[in-house]
Amino acid sequence: QRNKTINFITKQNINIFFSFLTFFLHCSLHGRYHELAPHLVPMDYTNDPDVKIPLALIVNMPELKENPFRNRIVESFSEDGQGNLSFNDFVDMFSVLSEMAPRELKAIFAFKIYDFNVDNYICKEDLEKTLNKLTKEELTPEEVNLVCEKAIEEADLDGDNKLSFADFENMISRAPDFLR
Amino acid sequence: MPRHKLIASESDGKDNEFSLYYVEVEENSKGGKEKQATRDGKRRRERNGEVSRRRASEKRSTEMSNKRAEKKHEKHHKTTRKEGEKHRKKQRRNADEEEAEEESSKEKKNIKNERTKTLKLEDEKEKDVKKKRKKHVKNEEDDANPGKTKQKDCQDVALKEKKKKRKKPETTSESESNSDSESKDNQAVGVLGSLTPEELEKLKEAVDERKKLITTLKGKPWPMKKKLVILRESQEFVEKYEGALGKGKGRKLYAYKVMMMKKWMKFQRDLENFKTACIPWEMKIKEIESHFGSSVASYFIFLRWMYGINMILFGLTFGLVMVPEALMGKPYGSMSRKTVPREEEASAMNFAVLWDFGGYAKYSVLFYGYYNNQRAIGWLKFRMPLSYFLVGVGTVAYSYMVVIRTMARNANEEGGGDDTSFNFSWKTFTSWDYLIGNPETADNKFACITTSFKEAIVEEQESKKDDNIHLTRFLRVLANFLVLCCLAGSGYLIYFVVRRSQKFALEGLENYGWWERNEVNMVMSLLGMFCPMLFDVISTLENYHPRIALQWQLGRIFALFLGNLYTFIIALMDAIQLKRAEEEIVKKNMTIWQANLYNGTMPDNSTALPITVHPGDVPRGPCWETMVGQEFVRLIISDTMTTYITLLIGDFLRAVLVRFLNNCWCWDLEYGFPSYSEFDVSGNVLGLIFNQGMIWMGAFYAPCLPALNLLRLHVSMYLQCWAVMCCNVPQERVFKASGSSNFYMAMLLVILFLSTLPAIYTIVSIPPSFDCGPFSGKNRMLDVIQETLETDFPAWFGKVFSYASNPGLVLPFLLLLVLAIYYLQSTSKTYKRVNMELKKKLQTQNEENKKKNKLAALKTANELEQARKAGEQHSNSSQHTQNSEPPVSSTHTTTRPPASRGHTASGHLPGHPQQPQKNSHSNRR
Repeated sequence: QRNKTINFITKQNINIFFSFLTFFLHCSLHGRYHELAPHLVPMDYTNDPDVKIPLALIVNMPELKENPFRNRIVESFSEDGQGNLSFNDFVDMFSVLSEMAPRELKAIFAFKIYDFNVDNYICKEDLEKTLNKLTKEELTPEEVNLVCEKAIEEADLDGDNKLSFADFENMISRAPDFLR
Repeated sequence: MPRHKLIASESDGKDNEFSLYYVEVEENSKGGKEKQATRDGKRRRERNGEVSRRRASEKRSTEMSNKRAEKKHEKHHKTTRKEGEKHRKKQRRNADEEEAEEESSKEKKNIKNERTKTLKLEDEKEKDVKKKRKKHVKNEEDDANPGKTKQKDCQDVALKEKKKKRKKPETTSESESNSDSESKDNQAVGVLGSLTPEELEKLKEAVDERKKLITTLKGKPWPMKKKLVILRESQEFVEKYEGALGKGKGRKLYAYKVMMMKKWMKFQRDLENFKTACIPWEMKIKEIESHFGSSVASYFIFLRWMYGINMILFGLTFGLVMVPEALMGKPYGSMSRKTVPREEEASAMNFAVLWDFGGYAKYSVLFYGYYNNQRAIGWLKFRMPLSYFLVGVGTVAYSYMVVIRTMARNANEEGGGDDTSFNFSWKTFTSWDYLIGNPETADNKFACITTSFKEAIVEEQESKKDDNIHLTRFLRVLANFLVLCCLAGSGYLIYFVVRRSQKFALEGLENYGWWERNEVNMVMSLLGMFCPMLFDVISTLENYHPRIALQWQLGRIFALFLGNLYTFIIALMDAIQLKRAEEEIVKKNMTIWQANLYNGTMPDNSTALPITVHPGDVPRGPCWETMVGQEFVRLIISDTMTTYITLLIGDFLRAVLVRFLNNCWCWDLEYGFPSYSEFDVSGNVLGLIFNQGMIWMGAFYAPCLPALNLLRLHVSMYLQCWAVMCCNVPQERVFKASGSSNFYMAMLLVILFLSTLPAIYTIVSIPPSFDCGPFSGKNRMLDVIQETLETDFPAWFGKVFSYASNPGLVLPFLLLLVLAIYYLQSTSKTYKRVNMELKKKLQTQNEENKKKNKLAALKTANELEQARKAGEQHSNSSQHTQNSEPPVSSTHTTTRPPASRGHTASGHLPGHPQQPQKNSHSNRR
């Protein structure tokens, strides 16, 4: 049973990865990438084959399996927005989710993750979706509505009733335990 | 040359030398052809730039087309240049760049024009020799095809520069992009033309910037593909130009420096990796954290911290006390204190005796009594008694220091977390713990988040009504009252039992049965079992957040355990009194025994050798210090055993039974009554803390205690990790325990203080035994300091010390200390207040800004609407320009953070670096 946390894998691997950008990466992350779909991914990556792993396989990784936003995470890191990750996207995802990533970077990608309809704003629908995923739809619609309104009221600085990235960043940068 | 012109025009008409040259060329070119050509080039450049902006992969093609364009225009320019040479001479001094170009070409071709040559020589004098040489070299390299290759080369560089520049603005916020590109274009010019000092500087800057880009690349929000491409390009760039820059004298040094820098960076990275790999049990703790949440993990982190401290304590006692005595002190059997007495010899090696730390274990370096009072031992002249004393004090002092320092650090970290202005949004966006990888934990987390939302909603709805708050307040007060009653009752019970047992002890235990003899222990363990349960029940009344509830629970059990400690100390003190009374009798007997020895065998002849008696036969005192040490060691051992056994029976056996009996039972055991056990954070933390208190108390009398404790902690780390993973279930309400570490520390500090009090009391006020331990023969243990001062230090030092220690000096010093503490306290308070005020100010400002922004946004929205209406009515062209904007921005969306878009508001946003001025820049773009 593998219950390693994302933290762990990346803290060690990403760190090494950036020092020798291409070579060492193959030992660690590539192994995991390969494991996900052995029939799709070649072990030899010297001539950059164009391989993509579909969302359904990636979501089953132990690091993401329990995450309510797993589909969104994978989608927002994929180049096509459909959740098919190439190896570069895969590495990208791990580097952002790792402990070593700076907070600003995390904020940027957190915004992307929470922006369900990809309109560069977190609007009320996005918030509702987030809430329902977080609570497994155990809140009543009125409650969800209230929470969404309160959240927007708190964080919206420019009064357009949706959160732009600036609002989001301003709010999240003050959170005591943001992605820690 | 159009190349120059392009760059010059790119730099947004800033007044630099190139714009001058641009004007000049326009003057020179008489026909419309030239103008047409430049315009063509410009347009082409623009188009090319756009293409390259859109697609990184098309770079090469644009490069090619650009080059082709350059070549085409080149002939043109040569002709026009000859025509306008006279004009140019006048302005040459202004156009530095152009002149350099001119110079190089003429040097190569052995220029015929005398006038220009002289002029050039004049100018050359002004230039650095070094730079000239460099140019020369470069020119010679390109000698074969002077114009074209060089141009190609430069063009290459320029394009690369451009590409890079374009990439950066895309990804960083747009507001920065314009200023950025301006500065970089200047740099590009620097690379383009031949090199003047400023350009060298610029090139250097560019290289540095590229390097910086390489190091900060990790933090850029780009896709990995792009990162790779950029990294490769930048590395190439750096490699190419680093060498060129360093050519000449400083090159080797520079290369060496660069190499060392690289090595150093690599070393640092490796060191960092090594460090993370070296943190003991990190993996295990992370695994537990992912299963059980951070509150359980906080216990293990605390355990690890404790292990570290005990490591230091062990090092001190082992290295400075036990090893020197074992190596350099008198060997076993040389003195009565180092020998097992005759009557115990038979049973001294029995396991039961050794297990109880009697027999040979008692007469070894493990205990106080074994140490000799010889001032200096061995060839090192090691001051054993002094070392013993100083280590005893030092361990306590070190523990104080570490605990207080850790507390202070934790307090710092917790400083800014009480801002609740974003309550709901934080709950929405940050409450999921991304480290959870276990379905059960995830389910719990879902439940926890839902309840926390519900709680927040209820609080929000009922913040106006406060009758409920009154009720909870009343319940809380009631609960505390009940707990206080409990504590007082148990306290009285303990007091009563202890007094009774003292009475029994005085009358002699033989007359009483088993219950009377073990009454204190039984009462203590019964209280320890049932009171925490009672507290748990009472705490449900209070309805606190689990983190706060845990702290209350901890505090209450802590108070109960203090009773335990109290009985133990009382019992020990009584035992000490008894032993000391015994010792007095032995002392008297000793003189009689000695007198008998000498009387019976020897006449009054002092020259004869004294009779050698086997040290085992010499009568000896009871040595209360060793007794105390033994008590502590036994306590630790039994405590450890009970912990392990309850772990095995209570957790493991229960889990096994539940698991395997579940198949053949009438109700569901796993979710029904017995279930699996949860990990008891509060009980384990308290056990750890009290255990440590015992160590601090007993370490002076039994130097082996830290070693034992180290062993215990090591084993329990593995055992408990295993037990948690295999037979516990996560708590129902997982919560973040970030705030509880300081609470543990505070309790540890209290225990440390309480446990040093009796130790200090015994050291200072009870005289040591007369025939055992390093302080035997002294009135007080403290005297060892005075002795050292008198014999090992010069006389003046002792004098100074005695002056310094007289009350007339000590009292003012104490007063000063108190004053200093008061001063620091009050300043820290004011700082805190100022901090709070600032926070409030910020908050109000935020709110004001919010309002302002909202107003402004409304206004602009209205204006926009009006403008749109007007636009719709009037013309299509304006609409066209309006529409042309969005596609451009939409091409950026994939690569750029959405930072700067969507700001219709004109007011500045707090905490956002965007300036309205730059905004206008980006709009223009």
